[in-house]
Amino acid sequence: MGISRRRFLTWIGAAGMGLAASEKSHAGSLKHFEGYKDSMGVLHDMTRCVGCRLCEEACNKVNDLPKPVKDFKDLSVLESSRRTAPSAYTVVNRYEIPEQTKPVFRKIQCNHCLEPACASACFVRAFRKSQTGAVVYNPNVCVGCRYCMVACPFEIPTYDYDEPLTPEVRKCTLCSPRIEKGLLPGCVEACPKEALTFGKRKDLIKIARERIAKHPERYIEHIYGESEMGGTSWLYLSGAPFTSLGMREDLGNTPAPSLTSGALSVVPMVVGLWPVFLAGMYGMTQRREKIAEEEKEAAVALAVEEANDLAEEKLAKALSKADAEKRKALEKAEGEKEKAVKEALEAAAKPSDDSGEAVKGGDE
Amino acid sequence: MTNDTDLKPRWTWLTPFNMIAGVIVIAGIIVTLIRFTQGLASVTRLSDYNPWGIWIGFDLMVGVALAAGGYVTSSAVYLFGMKKYHSAVRPAILTGFLGYFFVVIALHYDLGRPWRLPYPFIVGWGTTSLLFEVGLCVALYLTVLFLEFSPAALEWLGYKRTRELAHRLTIVLTVFGVVLSTLHQSSLGALFLAAPSKLHPLWYSPYLPTYFFVSSVIAGLSMVIFEGALSHKAFHDKMSKTYLEEHDPLTLGFGRAAALVLAGYFTIKVVGLAADNNWHYLTTSYGLWYLFEIIGFVLLPCFLFAVGARDKNLKLIRRTSALAVAGIVLNRLNVSLIAFNWHLPRAERYIPSFMEVIITVFMVTLIVICFRFIVTRMPIFYEHPDYTEHNH
Repeated sequence: MGISRRRFLTWIGAAGMGLAASEKSHAGSLKHFEGYKDSMGVLHDMTRCVGCRLCEEACNKVNDLPKPVKDFKDLSVLESSRRTAPSAYTVVNRYEIPEQTKPVFRKIQCNHCLEPACASACFVRAFRKSQTGAVVYNPNVCVGCRYCMVACPFEIPTYDYDEPLTPEVRKCTLCSPRIEKGLLPGCVEACPKEALTFGKRKDLIKIARERIAKHPERYIEHIYGESEMGGTSWLYLSGAPFTSLGMREDLGNTPAPSLTSGALSVVPMVVGLWPVFLAGMYGMTQRREKIAEEEKEAAVALAVEEANDLAEEKLAKALSKADAEKRKALEKAEGEKEKAVKEALEAAAKPSDDSGEAVKGGDE
Repeated sequence: MTNDTDLKPRWTWLTPFNMIAGVIVIAGIIVTLIRFTQGLASVTRLSDYNPWGIWIGFDLMVGVALAAGGYVTSSAVYLFGMKKYHSAVRPAILTGFLGYFFVVIALHYDLGRPWRLPYPFIVGWGTTSLLFEVGLCVALYLTVLFLEFSPAALEWLGYKRTRELAHRLTIVLTVFGVVLSTLHQSSLGALFLAAPSKLHPLWYSPYLPTYFFVSSVIAGLSMVIFEGALSHKAFHDKMSKTYLEEHDPLTLGFGRAAALVLAGYFTIKVVGLAADNNWHYLTTSYGLWYLFEIIGFVLLPCFLFAVGARDKNLKLIRRTSALAVAGIVLNRLNVSLIAFNWHLPRAERYIPSFMEVIITVFMVTLIVICFRFIVTRMPIFYEHPDYTEHNH
């Protein structure tokens, strides 16, 4: 291994700090954001709406949107259910309610959440909840991932799928530029029946409560948007159950950012603790291998030593045995030699008589 | 390592593989041109209700999950001490690198303004978004995989010193790889935490991030077995003796591991079901579909892997790996497309267009082509003779 353990841990630590510092988490926070003080909103009283579509027309005009195929005066479009589109930031739908003679009309547009799902989902911060109450979109930074559309519980944002080069997310702006100039939102200004009331959100809630109190027979006792998904800047009053108007009552009161803050809060923990665990595993693996290696070496050394001892012993034994045999052989050889010498000497003594005789005999 | 049998398909162009791949590539290029000149609407069936289609549901969600073999194998070998599987690291890293690389390529098709992809890290740090975390981790992990893969390329190119440098980073890169994978694999699931009103309760769970992370381990283990089995057929002549010797024990070991992780995954799925008290949904049509996924693609492969490991039945383990991989594909498609927007009327539901499918098939084909190009040239299934130290 080319790096020291200390250097390795320093790198990991530095990386951990870098990542941990970049993530903001609100998981531990008990604060509940109730919207900017004095932010504005709109109260939509559906018992007053007659479905004239003048709000749609005004919206189209103030936002410079393309003219639709069917004119705004043509009420036949109400026959089918519509949703927001890149060319229509607001639409009015008609709902037939079983036990009521008159249909109910509902205007759909961005609800301008107090804690918007789109803004918390956006990874370039293209959405911003402004002090006025509007949720404003910045097309200059938008990458076009459309996670905002996935996250929006009201299914409001739309996308320029037709546009090859400069597609944008499109949705109601609460007429933020007009509000800043002191003007009413286009739709509110155009409404002939006062079904739309623009004002400070806290005042609108008061107005809504008063209306319910004054005419309990006319209204469902609920202000839609007061607490849905943590509250929205648009508020709704209705005489018919909200679910029958296509408004979901199962969204809960949890603001969108809280849905993901738990998962985000785990990020620094993983960054901080995983390397510790993994470095530990690596360390243990290395140590186990090292110990195994040492044990192997020790075992080999021991075996070699034993073998050596054995060999030496054998050698010594062999040597001593050889020595003894040698000595024995030498002794034997010595004995034989002496015997041979003796015999030779004896033999040498005897033939001197014989030869004398022979010589003698030869002389005769 | 190159020999005559290998040279044949390269010079005789009209092999079945080349013909099929050629047709797909041509079709892919045509759709690519339409996509980038006419806009998303000209090729996709995406809508305001369905902002994400198969380019996200399959190319991104499935792609990232199935590329998990890289971090699973490298951490098993380098950190958890399973050195006997060393020869499986390079193929797994290569598969992972190509997988992630083409995830990013496919993402360019889906984004409205792909040239702004670096904006989250330059213009606005949207740290409240889980997608930011996914983006950052995928970007960093792609870099890590590139560095982890680089020794093979550098050996091929003969840059000894640079190769040594890249090689020394192995352990640090492996640790980084596991950290980054844990984060973005889980965050892909966490993306859907933002949409409890749109995802069916049987798939929506506060445990989604954990489910995605744990199932990515299953995907990684199964893909290594699955990819190994396919490579065995196609590139047998490229494989060293060591690789071939280590392959069967690897299949067995990873199969056993996959059985264990699947058992754990099944347990936490049931825990999630109980925690949200979603039992009553099981009798609905979505419930049957959920049971189909959980029994057919979690419990069954768990059982088959276990039996295969016990009986040392390599064939069964290989076949089960395909089943487990299919299970991951099904799960990711369920979460991102099939059980997503379940509340909408049928007419508003998303069905991919033919051209969207072409791009997805195009991406998979490009991965296969690149894989083939690299393993027939670089030391992936064998060790380069100049660098045969056989350890990290």
